[in-house]
Amino acid sequence: MRAWLLDDSPASRGQAAAGRAYRIAGDLMRNPLAVVGSLIILALILTAIFASWIAPESPVGQDLSNRLMPPSAEHWMGTDELGRDIFSRVVYGARITLLIVGLVAVISAPLGLLIGAVSGYFGGWTDRVLMGLTDVFLSMPKLILALAFAAALGPGIENAIIAIAITTWPAYARIARAETLTIRNSEFVAATRLLGASHTRLITRHVLPLCTSSMIIRVTLDMAGIILTAAGLGFLGLGAQPPLPEWGAMISRGRSFILDQWWVATMPGFAIIVVSLGFCFLGDGLRDVLDPKSEGKS
Amino acid sequence: MTLLSVENLEVSFPTSHGRVKVVDGISFDLGRERLGIVGESGSGKSMTGRAILRLIRSPGRVAGQISFEGRDLMTLSERQMRALRGARISMIMQDPRYSLNPVMTVGTQIEEALRVHERLPRSEMRARVHEMLEAVRIDDPDRVAGLYPHEVSGGMGQRVMIAMMLIPRPSLLIADEPTSALDVSVQGDVLRLIDDLVKDHGMGLILISHDLPLVARYCDRILVMNAGRVVETCNASALHAASHPYTKGLLAAVPQMRETRAELPVIDRNAWAGT
Repeated sequence: MRAWLLDDSPASRGQAAAGRAYRIAGDLMRNPLAVVGSLIILALILTAIFASWIAPESPVGQDLSNRLMPPSAEHWMGTDELGRDIFSRVVYGARITLLIVGLVAVISAPLGLLIGAVSGYFGGWTDRVLMGLTDVFLSMPKLILALAFAAALGPGIENAIIAIAITTWPAYARIARAETLTIRNSEFVAATRLLGASHTRLITRHVLPLCTSSMIIRVTLDMAGIILTAAGLGFLGLGAQPPLPEWGAMISRGRSFILDQWWVATMPGFAIIVVSLGFCFLGDGLRDVLDPKSEGKS
Repeated sequence: MTLLSVENLEVSFPTSHGRVKVVDGISFDLGRERLGIVGESGSGKSMTGRAILRLIRSPGRVAGQISFEGRDLMTLSERQMRALRGARISMIMQDPRYSLNPVMTVGTQIEEALRVHERLPRSEMRARVHEMLEAVRIDDPDRVAGLYPHEVSGGMGQRVMIAMMLIPRPSLLIADEPTSALDVSVQGDVLRLIDDLVKDHGMGLILISHDLPLVARYCDRILVMNAGRVVETCNASALHAASHPYTKGLLAAVPQMRETRAELPVIDRNAWAGT
């Protein structure tokens, strides 16, 4: 099987594709941090999907006689000030985190890609106006800007997602523009233009597909930042609203008991750290594997 | 019948010391025939080709009259021009390695060329691509249509390029040094292919090249250009009887199979410069 996958002269396209996938997976496996990262992300996704089976209790079920109990065999991470099982809340929180990360990536990456490609393709005034706008967004710290938007739109998980998406697209626009500048002068774009293709067709069919690979890596690396921003908004009360088990909001609730009942704030904090690290590790690993320039290096 | 008529065409670019005319007032008419444009590097051959398609980007400027099938190309809007490019006038570029999109399969790219101008059902589109690939003499068109540009050879890439440019059935084809990036052994095949296709479809052809004997073999008429001007127009069969000293110089500089000269002559610019 292994010999078939690593065959130097594959007999079919399927074999070649399988061989390449095998090699990428092999390279990824050789990087221990990337393995740890992908395991963490896998665990996060599985937890989010099977939350209702994994969590022993409901994330919102209160039990006031059992409030602020320390971690025990019954409550693995203890209980919070309303007697809710923190472990169950952390498990259900994975869903919210994944939702935020996924939606932000889905909204901001295409938006940044499109703005950057349009800007780089047309150049001139279009470029100056669009990049000026991008610079305005880039010049402010992400969290502060997200905070301002979340405050203006009103607290809530949807608005938090919109606010974070608005603050993340400029970085993608910059990358897409840089890539487009090199692509737009290439011969095949000239060839397509002299076939009579319109600007829209050139950008969507010929420029954008070539920008996506660097974009994917960048988005994976940014995931950790998105999680932290989301948690920050939750902590400040502008993200997910109670009783939703959002990790940042949970830390915020536990802040008042941090000296006597440390587990209330610490457990969701651990979850945030572990998941952020997972995305960072995976992003780094992916960059090393997918970047053709670093291929063959250790 | 005149397909294309170019009158007093000028292309100029700004430099630090004023505008430089790279094409300086050339005029010619083209019917459904094969016209060769030859000249040394920088003589404005390629610029003439691009100017006809109005593909000269600013700060370059084009002046003069170009009319194609009775329409004045200089007054058309960009949108009208786009409808014309590819569909009525096509251009084959030099190097197939760079002229094909690396992340699209060959078949998709040829299909794209068609889709820009026509709306056809998917099955018909497939059939046209298949037919076109067969027309450019690619064996096993269905397999090749699924390949990416890095998987095909240079000669095959140029055939794909030709297929892409001819699938909307244009009436004028401009070939800008279509074989200069190819191996000598493949050059003849590709030119013969272009020649056959042009004959079969009754198209006009402008073949731009610096290779005089090659142009003489495949064209009816030859335009010799130097420094943005047409120095001589003659029938391909009468090339050896050329009268202009520049053409004579170019012809003399071509090495021969059984060379008897100890040194190849260099073009003597003093003999005709300043005219």
